[in-house]
Formats: sequence, structure tokens, C-alpha cells
Amino acid sequence: MTTKEIQNPLINFLLHLGDNALILGHRNSEWCGHGPVLEQDIALTNIALDQIGQARNFYQYAAKLISETSGEKITEDSIAYLRDGWDFKNCLLTELPNGHWGQTVLKQFLIAAYQYYLYQVLEKNSEEQLSAIATKSLKEISYHLRWSSEWVIRLGDGTDDSKQKILDALEIVWPYTNELTNFTDYEIEIIGDTYKNIKDNWIEKVYVVLTEAGLEIPSTVYNHNGGKQGNHTEHLGYILTEMQFLQRAYPNSEW
Amino acid sequence: MTKSEEEIWQILEKISDPEIPVLSIIDLGIIRSVTVNDNTLDGISEVLIHYTPTYSACPAVDMINAEIGVSLHAAGFKNLHLKQKLFPAWTTDWMSEAGKEKLIQYGIAAPIGRSCDNGKLEELKIVCPQCGSNQTILISEFSSTACKALYKCSSCLEPFDYFKCH
Ligand SMILES: [Zn+2]
Repeated sequence: MTTKEIQNPLINFLLHLGDNALILGHRNSEWCGHGPVLEQDIALTNIALDQIGQARNFYQYAAKLISETSGEKITEDSIAYLRDGWDFKNCLLTELPNGHWGQTVLKQFLIAAYQYYLYQVLEKNSEEQLSAIATKSLKEISYHLRWSSEWVIRLGDGTDDSKQKILDALEIVWPYTNELTNFTDYEIEIIGDTYKNIKDNWIEKVYVVLTEAGLEIPSTVYNHNGGKQGNHTEHLGYILTEMQFLQRAYPNSEW
Repeated sequence: MTKSEEEIWQILEKISDPEIPVLSIIDLGIIRSVTVNDNTLDGISEVLIHYTPTYSACPAVDMINAEIGVSLHAAGFKNLHLKQKLFPAWTTDWMSEAGKEKLIQYGIAAPIGRSCDNGKLEELKIVCPQCGSNQTILISEFSSTACKALYKCSSCLEPFDYFKCH
């Protein structure tokens, strides 16, 4: 299936939210069994689980709307496993490789801070189902944000080595953060002009945490964009290859 | 409430959360409504149950649904419709007081206060379910399941789970 030609802003927005959650959840799940200590391995794996659950809720809702308008039987599974790279609307930041632990928690922090303010807006949305999913997700994201903020501060304000590593990570991921708050038409259609507040709140939160970590916001001259419109880095292809293998090789197989 | 609806609530009371077996699904507060239509054409009562899952990715949901189906079928309710209802979102506020007490007896600190409005978190003092001390330290925001945090008691030195306020 493809969702490339869909014009309905709500469906596109739901796909975008679901794709963000699924791809980030998939990336975070790569740490399962590899975390630096057991408690943190479990923490990140639980965060990944939350995100994949959130993705399911957005996909189920999108699948219902797509099925109603197209007459085809679309499910959450067809959305996750049977679309190609150009159909995915996740931000590029979610698909970036994990790098070391510091880079992973930094990515997680930057995205959680964005979701935290975005979902507070979505919670008040007049679409009841969207509001319900956002309300549920927000409770979970609050914990993701607190956990990842503490890690960024711990590493930035830690040893010379940890500080250098998180500084390097910040240089790598920062050019991908602009896309988070660079809102597309389908997003603005649903959230209205509240997008300006999301952007201001996000940058303020990032500033506060980075400052406490002894870090500065990098001065970037070039920003990477395009994920929200389906233009991705090569990394997404590798994720999909692994994630979709089973359904592609053995169509309609079930557990 | 009709007689069969009452009977179904009693059956549901006996179904436990697979992850925290001391809690019934009624204690958890996930069952929103039970409606029975006895006046069907074929004479088989039609049961409609609305439930709200606890967490976005709660792995227990499928198992709970299966158990509801099996238990009701065994009691003669063969026409069951289980409907998920996401709105309003489940919150730990819906957990019964009896449920919270059972959690503590089981060794898990119960969620404190009301759910975190607007997702804001408070710094809370969690009381150790083992010895009752309030000298406890947060070890990890996430524990054996995503809905719990891992704490350590400074008085009895035992680790314990805290069912987070959601
Ligand atoms: Zn104790």
C-alpha cells in the first residue's frame, strides 16, 4: 500500500505522529540487552515499548479513517509493514543511528521535549480520539522527558570524557532538530497557530537543560528537513528492511 | 443494573491483571461499562463491555481480553462484544482504594495523589511498602514494567517498585 497521495490533513498528521513514535521506538529498542547497566537498559526498553504502543494507537485511528475513505481494508499492520520509505512522515532525527549512549539519550531528550509541548496542544484538540491518544501519551512522555533530561545533565556535567562525548553528539544531531518545529501544512491545519508556542516552549526547555548540563546550543548554518514530507536519509531504508522483512517475505503471516 | 449485568461484574472481579496478580481488572478500573441485552432474536444474551487500556503499550491487554472471553463463555455468555474506549484516557485515579491497599500488601508502593495534570510531575516522597519508612531513593524511572519505577529504601535497604501516577 501507499499513503503518498493522501491529501486529508488529519490522516497525514496521524501518520506523521505514528511514524515518529514507531521509528524512534524501533531505534530505542536496538539498545535492548545492550544498555550500560541493567536498570538503564530496562528504562530505555520500556520507553521504546511506550512509543511503539503510541504508534499503534495513531495507526489504528489512521487505518480506520483510510479504510472509510478508500473502501480498502487497511490495518495498523499494513501501515507499519507495507509502506515504502517515501510514505513515512517521521522527522529525520528519529531515524538517525543511535551512536553511543550519550547520543541516544540526547536524541531522546530533544524529541521528548518537543512531544511534551506538542501533546499538550493535541490534548485540547476537538477530535476526541486524537485528544484521547495525546492525553494518554503525554503521561508517558512526561517520564521520558524527565529521564532523558537527567541523563543529558549527568553526562554534560560529568567527566571530561562524558562532556566531550555529549558535545560531539550535540554537533551531530542538532542540524536535525529544526525539522521538529518546522511545521508543515498538514500539522498547522490541525493545531492552528499554537505551533508558535510549541516552538518557543521547546527551545526554552532545551536551553534550560543544556545550560544545566554546561552545554550551549550549537550555532548551525545548515538544517536538514524533509522527513515530514517523505524525503528521508538513507538510514530509514535500513530500518524498514529489518522491520518489514517478515511481512515482505511471508505476506500475511501472523504470530 | 440487570441480574446478568451484576453477574458479569462479579465474574470480572475474579479476573486478575497478569502482571500484578493481586489486582483484579475491576481494581485497576479498566472496565468502563457492562451492558447486557437479553431480548435478542435467537435468545442468546448479547454482552457489550467497554474497557480502557491502562497504557499505550500495555502487553497485558490482549491477555486480559482473552480471559474475559473465556470466563464469560464458561458462564454461558456466548455473544460478547469487547470494545476499546480510549476517551477519556485511563488514569491511576481510577484504581480502587481496595486495589491500592492490595498493591502495598503485595510489596508495590501505590500511586500517590491525583494523576499528573497536564503531564506535570511532582517530586514525591514514596513510602517503603516493606517497612513504612519515607527515607527512599529513586533508582530508575522505569522498572519491571513501564508503569512502575524502581526505588530503594534507605531504612531497610530493600529495593521496591512504585506504581507511578499516570
Ligand atoms: Zn523499607
